[in-house]
Amino acid sequence: MLVSTKWLAEYVNTQGLDPKDLGEKITRAGIEVDAVIDRSHGMTNVVVGYVKEKVKHPEADKLNICQVDVGDETTQIICGAPNVEAGQKVIVARPGAVLPGGMKIKKAKLRGEESNGMICSLQELGIEGRLVSKAYADGIYVLPETAVPGESVLPLLGLDDVVLELGLTPNRSDALSMLGVAYEVGAILSEDMKYPEATYTESNEKASDYLSLKIDAIEENPMYIAKVVKNIQVKESPLWLQHRLMAAGVRPHNNVVDITNYVLMEYGQPLHAFDYDRLETKEIVVRLANEGEKIVTLDDQERTLKSNHLVITNGNGPVAIAGVMGGANSEVHDGTTTVVIESAYFAGGSVRQTSKDHNLRSDASARFEKGVDPNRVILAAERAASLLAELAGGEVLAGSVIVDELDKTPAEVVVSPDFINNRLGMKISLEDMTSILTRLKFDYQAANGLLYIKAPTRRQDIKIEEDIIEEIARMYGYDEIPMTLPVEESKPGGLTSYQAKRRQVRAFLEGAGLYQAITYSLTSKEMSQKFALETAPVTELLMPMSEDRSILRQSLIPHLLEAVTYNTARQADTVALYEVGSVFLGETESGLPHEQEHLAAVISGKWLDHSWQGEKKAVDFFVLKGIVEGLMELLGLSKEITFERTVVDGLHPGRTASIQLAGEEIGLIAQLHPSEQKDRDLKETYVMELNLAQVLNKEVEALYYAPVSKFPSISRDIALVVDSEKATGELQAIIQLSGGRLLKNVHLFDLYEGEKMEQGKKSVAFSLTYFDPERTLTDEEVVNAHNKVLKALAEQAGAELRG
Amino acid sequence: MEAQLQQLKEEALQKITASVNVKELNDVRVAYLGKKGPITDLLKGMGNLPAEERPKMGALVNVVREEVTTVLEARMTLLQEQAINEQLEKESIDVTLPGRPVKTGNHHPLTRVVEEIEDLFIGMGYEIAEGPEVEKDYYNFEALNLPKGHPARDMQDSFYISEDILLRTHTSPVQARTMEAKEGQPIKIICPGKVYRRDNDDATHSHQFTQIEGLVIGENIRMSDLKGTLSVFAKKMFGDEREIRLRPSFFPFTEPSVEMDISCFKCGGDGCNVCKKTGWIEILGAGMVHPNVLEMAGYDSKKLSGFAFGMGPERIAMLKYGVEDIRHFYTNDVRFLSQFHRTEV
Ligand SMILES: [Zn+2]
Repeated sequence: MLVSTKWLAEYVNTQGLDPKDLGEKITRAGIEVDAVIDRSHGMTNVVVGYVKEKVKHPEADKLNICQVDVGDETTQIICGAPNVEAGQKVIVARPGAVLPGGMKIKKAKLRGEESNGMICSLQELGIEGRLVSKAYADGIYVLPETAVPGESVLPLLGLDDVVLELGLTPNRSDALSMLGVAYEVGAILSEDMKYPEATYTESNEKASDYLSLKIDAIEENPMYIAKVVKNIQVKESPLWLQHRLMAAGVRPHNNVVDITNYVLMEYGQPLHAFDYDRLETKEIVVRLANEGEKIVTLDDQERTLKSNHLVITNGNGPVAIAGVMGGANSEVHDGTTTVVIESAYFAGGSVRQTSKDHNLRSDASARFEKGVDPNRVILAAERAASLLAELAGGEVLAGSVIVDELDKTPAEVVVSPDFINNRLGMKISLEDMTSILTRLKFDYQAANGLLYIKAPTRRQDIKIEEDIIEEIARMYGYDEIPMTLPVEESKPGGLTSYQAKRRQVRAFLEGAGLYQAITYSLTSKEMSQKFALETAPVTELLMPMSEDRSILRQSLIPHLLEAVTYNTARQADTVALYEVGSVFLGETESGLPHEQEHLAAVISGKWLDHSWQGEKKAVDFFVLKGIVEGLMELLGLSKEITFERTVVDGLHPGRTASIQLAGEEIGLIAQLHPSEQKDRDLKETYVMELNLAQVLNKEVEALYYAPVSKFPSISRDIALVVDSEKATGELQAIIQLSGGRLLKNVHLFDLYEGEKMEQGKKSVAFSLTYFDPERTLTDEEVVNAHNKVLKALAEQAGAELRG
Repeated sequence: MEAQLQQLKEEALQKITASVNVKELNDVRVAYLGKKGPITDLLKGMGNLPAEERPKMGALVNVVREEVTTVLEARMTLLQEQAINEQLEKESIDVTLPGRPVKTGNHHPLTRVVEEIEDLFIGMGYEIAEGPEVEKDYYNFEALNLPKGHPARDMQDSFYISEDILLRTHTSPVQARTMEAKEGQPIKIICPGKVYRRDNDDATHSHQFTQIEGLVIGENIRMSDLKGTLSVFAKKMFGDEREIRLRPSFFPFTEPSVEMDISCFKCGGDGCNVCKKTGWIEILGAGMVHPNVLEMAGYDSKKLSGFAFGMGPERIAMLKYGVEDIRHFYTNDVRFLSQFHRTEV
């Protein structure tokens, strides 16, 4: 809402406040002033000029040489506008003027001819092109004949004004009108209101003789009033009215349309003007449209209606879509002499649906949607009739045509001052409260320790006690509210065990060298299930904004890979990222997908670069596996974790493992398939994803200390030759199982496969540690245990002892 | 014999002085003082002397032996010291060479902000509550006093999955769910999480972003408690000198509703580009829980009351760290992420 402070001052005394200060007061009281716009833009030396003479420029077809009376002199100005003519009063920017675009006006020579200033269009004075009436949209602006050469044009055009731009929240639709804003300002400044006048002489003829009215949809349209005004002359509106509309962001058209818009801005009540003769039938019938019924609206679009759209008809067919837009067939035109002014209450929901269906949002529909003041429907019609009489020479027919079944009872709220103070944590006196209600112009009675309040119908947001609390508090001032802390039983806060562990997981991964990434949950169909640990029906948006963001992901890996690709393309030589986020699986009984928290990581490029001391390493499978193992150790799960070769689409078939927790698959770890790497221009890249929820929810034994023994342990190494395919994990498992209770640790320390080995064989070396916390082991005990291990390896894995 | 001894002594002392390292000196020690050395030989040869000369000669040999030993030890100490110094000299390194890197990652800046806020409120007795990102219309809107057709639903265009299911547009449904689960009991929670709105991604909009909200419900929770709590938050998060101010606003789920500004942490309130010359920065929205919201969740709004507040970690991170484009948070450029490594003041 754009509020001209000059216009506002007609309804309420703004106490001569600087508009900036006024804006600040309005903001602090509850309606945010987004901008304070000085319409003059600080312009000077912009005056009325009279074009005495115009001749073509001898050297340039499109230029004219004008002799212009600018009050103190007649001076020569070159003008390129197509519509400049001798005899016009025009806007002249004299040398020294600075226009809003920053243009400085100086004496100049144009193709050899002297030019002492510039004849201006409205756009050049900082008025938006969309607000300039069509007649002057492409040329200079022509002032009325009454303009006096030499006088500043700023007051004439209403540019000596400051506009406040209000950012209205949906509850404050009352401030969608100049009067509504005036009430608010009146309450803030403790000032009274001055209301607009609506006086005119009624004709002898009666409106009801000209027009009949029938409402067939009283729920959607509980109130409708029509006034008939005849003998009007359609013409340009007076300048004051035009510039007020422009200040409010409305483009002037002609006096009839301008008056309906003016009253809309003044009262917040949308009006519509029909050409009476074009209605043809002397009849208005409001009803719901027939399914498929058509109407050509004012914007020359043919629109097909649905059976829940409310229409105004002439008894035969639609002449307007109620509250949204008029029909072209009944539009006011230059030759119109009799108009019907419609002022109505259309139900918000109905207008909302209709304007949405036709994608038509207007100043009118916005106000109906939020609910107009029931008590202004008639006032606005009368105000429009009086302006038509005054500014269009119209003769207002006696009475109106009206149907009124609208409930105009104000909302009643009963609230106790104690309740108000308790909720605010304040001690505002009853006197202060009632004085605020008076300023707000709310009817109230104080009795029995209670306040009985009738909220004015313009304030449809006031319904319950808490609404009154807010009104009292905002007028009293939020700065006055003291600062306290809740008084309550003090209870320690904290993280759940899951949340605490998740934080530790993050810290571990970051300590291991990974950066936390956050990627989008929405992805494309193609990516939604790629690399997924578990797939389920996808969760798809009804109306996605793009194909790439249309489905919820079931794996975190694809977007992490996108991030790796992005970084690699920008010369990052190491990319190591992890993400903790949900995947969305299928549908549960509640209709919502199952949201499972996952952890994924991707590493690519260099892992360690400390080359001057000869340490350098690219990422590989075991770098990432080591991180997973370390994580499991952190969570006390390392004993239950196993890795098993598997094959997954898009991953390297020889370098993919499923991660299992107590035999249940909970994740995967792999090298990205070389062809996928190539597609993304990546070096070797490794990925992993875990069902984090399952991992963190897994119960673990309580942490309990084992005494540190004073007895020594004994180590024995074994070197084995086994088939190349034999998994070392299997060997290790055999060792662990067969080693008995004395075997405390098994450590793989060498692996060799190559020229020195027989084809199809490899050599593996383990170091075994035997230990008893109670005593020093004897050689014999160790030999016995060790022999069992060797035997088991030979029998179960066909391992030969080497060296 | 005495002369022989004197000569031996001279010889030994000369060789000691001539030794330039520990090894040579040890050779001298062995050669002159060892079991097979000439001094020992001399002692052995004393048997040939007359008995009365033996003690005198023995004493003399011992004197010479001690003298040689003393000189040798002194020389030994010197040479050892020299040897150590030489060794240390050899071992010296270029201390300006780079160390072996310890490469660690770090939190995403949004997580950094979220955890900072979480911890701050945990210290005031709050718990962290989480909930689903795909929500029922009921919890996202209706239970929050936003019935179907409510004009305020325009404020947040949503991604619907079906008529009744959508991606949550704020974390408030977690509050609604918590209230329902707590069945009338007091509540003190912080709800962080991802939220989604139908916005085209640009420098200031993101279709996915983060929110963090708080909710307190109890007996006689007052608006002054909200103001006090927010002031504690502002000071802890943005510095002890921060002032707060509340402005009336509107949210369907609170009444009264407020927006909170803090005095600019860059200029202290004098006006700068961060606060757009106003001295104040808008940080969050808050208010007293709307009685409809309490009643819908089964709370008696006459007996219990509460406050709620909510803010955007993206906005806070942008203000705090001067990030100019919200898309940086979702691009995961390592050059961006790695800047949030260090500790703060
Ligand atoms: Zn500042």
